[in-house]
Amino acid sequence: MKTDDLITALAGDVTPTQPNAVGRTLGLGLAVGAVVSTAVMVLWLGVRADLMHAMMTGPFWMKFAYALSVAVLGFGLIDRLARPDGDGGIFGPLILAPLAVMVALASFQLFGAPEDLRMKMMMGASYQVCARNIVILSTPIFFGLFWALRSLAPTRLTLAGAVAGTLAGAAGTFIYAFHCNESAAPFVAIWYTCGIAAVGALGALLGRLTLRW
Amino acid sequence: MVSSLAGDSAAYSTLLRRLNGHLRAYYLRRLGSGRAADAEDLLQETLIAMHARRSTYDTSRPFTAWVHAIARYKLIDHFRRTKRRAEDPLDDPDILFGSQDANAAEAQIDVDQLLRRLPEKTRRLIRDVKIDGLSTAEAAERHSMSESAVKVGVHRGLRALGAKIEDGGS
Repeated sequence: MKTDDLITALAGDVTPTQPNAVGRTLGLGLAVGAVVSTAVMVLWLGVRADLMHAMMTGPFWMKFAYALSVAVLGFGLIDRLARPDGDGGIFGPLILAPLAVMVALASFQLFGAPEDLRMKMMMGASYQVCARNIVILSTPIFFGLFWALRSLAPTRLTLAGAVAGTLAGAAGTFIYAFHCNESAAPFVAIWYTCGIAAVGALGALLGRLTLRW
Repeated sequence: MVSSLAGDSAAYSTLLRRLNGHLRAYYLRRLGSGRAADAEDLLQETLIAMHARRSTYDTSRPFTAWVHAIARYKLIDHFRRTKRRAEDPLDDPDILFGSQDANAAEAQIDVDQLLRRLPEKTRRLIRDVKIDGLSTAEAAERHSMSESAVKVGVHRGLRALGAKIEDGGS
């Protein structure tokens, strides 16, 4: 095909684009994934029985705050990285801030606690399944975001994949927190972070392979 | 590009034809003139990719940077596919837009964007005097203003523009 003909064809096929189309596409992928993931959580794990009571306590909100802050920063970051000329800007280093706060909080609790309680604060009652469940609940969101990214134009594929994975992990964690009844900060700092990081690593790996265009 | 995103087919066609020359020169230079067919393929692939993903252009950022990022990505992807190593640095934006001497036309795409942030009257003054090259006297006549008023208007407008650019363009 001659390039001139190509240009004519492309120019004939120009429909108005929506403003902020990148954010909308990513938001759609995230939302669809989150709906599926919430359904899986309710049907498979169930919402914690003492939800109403737990809502009155600080640790309950601490978990959501941690997951939500990572997710919000992750969304800001992926919205930039989904564009060809996108760089992380201030969001890049900022995404580690929630982790720093969480680790500080966990250390504070840990060192203030009697020694024989410390192990329990780190391991809780569900350390064997926590990270695994987060990975499972993040999977639908992961697919939603990757579907969105494939129609966008990231040029740093590993980084974009890692950020999309981290965002999916944080969103999956948010949903998992409705089920999980752990309340110690050290547990959250270790196992929630492991879950999110695992999905992030998976994203980095798959980003390179699947996000090419 | 801004008009193109709004669905203006004629503006889009003009834009693509302009980019066409830049991109061909860019790829020819990078691949060597012996690979003109590859360059043409890459050029077409880039135009199609730009078209399919045009919604990823953020109108508050320079258009040239967006095009360069896509052109560069496609070039690297080509090297990766053909297993040829890139021998020289690929990330110099000047290579794409310095590769033809008509680059004033493309700079205008960005200039238009900046100018749009100024008041209507100032914008027209700057366009006439600084871009279209009218003399102060001609501009004064066209806008029925005194010459010194034109000078002051242009000066203030440029200073406002400078401040906006330093602001980071928002």
